[in-house]
Amino acid sequence: MNPTRILFRRELASYFATPVAYVFIVIFLLLSGAFTFYMGGFYERGQADLQPFFGFHPWLYLFLIPAVAMRLWAEERKSGSIELLLTLPVTMGQAVLGKFLAAWAFVGIALALTFPIWITVNYLGDPDNGVIVASYLGSLLMAGAFLAVGSCLSAMTRNQVVAFILTVVACFVLLLAGFPMVLDFFRGLGFAQGVIDAISGLSFLTHFNAISKGVLDLRDLFYFGLMIGFWLYATTIVIDLKKAD
Amino acid sequence: MIETRNLSKRYGDFVAVDGISFKVEPGQVLGFLGPNGAGKSTTMKMLAGFLTPSAGGASICGHDVVDSALAAKRLVGYLPEGAPSYGEMSVIGFLGFIADIRGLTGELRRRQLDDTIGRLSLQGVVQQSIDTLSKGFKRRVGLAQAILHDPKVLVLDEPTDGLDPNQKHEVRALIQAMAKDKTIIVSTHILEEVHAVCNRAIIIARGKVLADDTPAALEARSRFHQAVSLSTDNAQAARDVLVRIGDVAAVEIDAQDQRVTAFPRPGKAIFGAVVDALTSSGIQVREIALEQGRLDEVFRQITTRPKEAA
Repeated sequence: MNPTRILFRRELASYFATPVAYVFIVIFLLLSGAFTFYMGGFYERGQADLQPFFGFHPWLYLFLIPAVAMRLWAEERKSGSIELLLTLPVTMGQAVLGKFLAAWAFVGIALALTFPIWITVNYLGDPDNGVIVASYLGSLLMAGAFLAVGSCLSAMTRNQVVAFILTVVACFVLLLAGFPMVLDFFRGLGFAQGVIDAISGLSFLTHFNAISKGVLDLRDLFYFGLMIGFWLYATTIVIDLKKAD
Repeated sequence: MIETRNLSKRYGDFVAVDGISFKVEPGQVLGFLGPNGAGKSTTMKMLAGFLTPSAGGASICGHDVVDSALAAKRLVGYLPEGAPSYGEMSVIGFLGFIADIRGLTGELRRRQLDDTIGRLSLQGVVQQSIDTLSKGFKRRVGLAQAILHDPKVLVLDEPTDGLDPNQKHEVRALIQAMAKDKTIIVSTHILEEVHAVCNRAIIIARGKVLADDTPAALEARSRFHQAVSLSTDNAQAARDVLVRIGDVAAVEIDAQDQRVTAFPRPGKAIFGAVVDALTSSGIQVREIALEQGRLDEVFRQITTRPKEAA
């Protein structure tokens, strides 16, 4: 069997071997439900769509995904099992990918468990299920990008709390990259307009919103793919640099 | 076979391992000795492929640990210091994972798992999660993980640390049983262990090899080598008799237990002469022994001398 798949299976099983998985899933479902119905005005809007549901995902992910990602490498380094893992006959890329995919699949499971809300909206009205599928896909891709950022930052430290905070901050910046709050900051640093435009193009939120409108633009998919690839590659470099500490 | 050529590891200005070269053949059990921080673990981490050497290189059965890392890793069983593992997994789950990643399948996988679990007496705990195990069991799980794929080369970083005397004995017996066709490196700071399992010992300190010899030859460097020690009620009289023997260089009386030790001049055997002299002068001896040399003394001598000179 492929080493990445073996690592993936071990990692995914380890989520469910501890209370982490259940706590995460329950909190995720509770919060996404609460946001949708109370803050999103799901009923009051009188529209059969899941816009209030998906609209809160970026903010939910901002705190929940770093909680999943923080343990990815920080825990391995703290317990010393990284030494075991990286002396097994696997490449660094396989190790990084296997662990990332397991975390992603885990978040995917949590996301899939929100299906009752999809049933609800179909029961209440006649929503555009194409848009909903696209939104789920966009949400999953965004979760993957958050996780990849978290994977890299988790590799930088053996302290999970530090990893968590770094990831929240980095994701917050990436999330809002297209908004004045972040752009003004970079403008203040005296960057050229070209750089500012590039930063604004990095925003998770604009790409996610584009997908969740039901428009599956190849550029948005490509963006998340590239984002994940970049941060995972960065993870391998960081591990290589830091593993001796 | 393990070969290192001028193997070095630097962290900034700090030199952890400084140009170590040695070669270990199958059938050899090499004891890696040195004070804490001498570079033992760093060297082993480079052999196992965890750390990349700053200079020089190492190879496992001809596979360079950097250039053909995967091939080298397949041939090595490695027990990292502290025997880390995945605590939330059950013993059988963890060993099964190692078996999969080591590419063991079908009948071979089952046989190796049964065999390894039996060898390390883990039958009683296979379903327990590793976190709940005692230190001794955790160490044995780490060892099981290292020998599971029947590797040609074993790199064991303090394999008996934290074990009780019975478990230590079992682990040493295990290492000896595997020694015939394998190349084994064991790091330790328990000197009696070198006697028990190693047929060669390397002493390193501050990243450099200071001695490379058989345990017996290292002991022969001790001033206690071929010395005669005895206990008697009349230590002073015994000393007066012994200092008059021509081949005796010095006689010391231990301040604590009044044991008398006669040291020979280099290369001389004095046991017969000591016994004769004691008999003819009528000194009653409770017990008398020929010393083999003391490894701990040699160890101290070798590892502290350069520092004092500097």
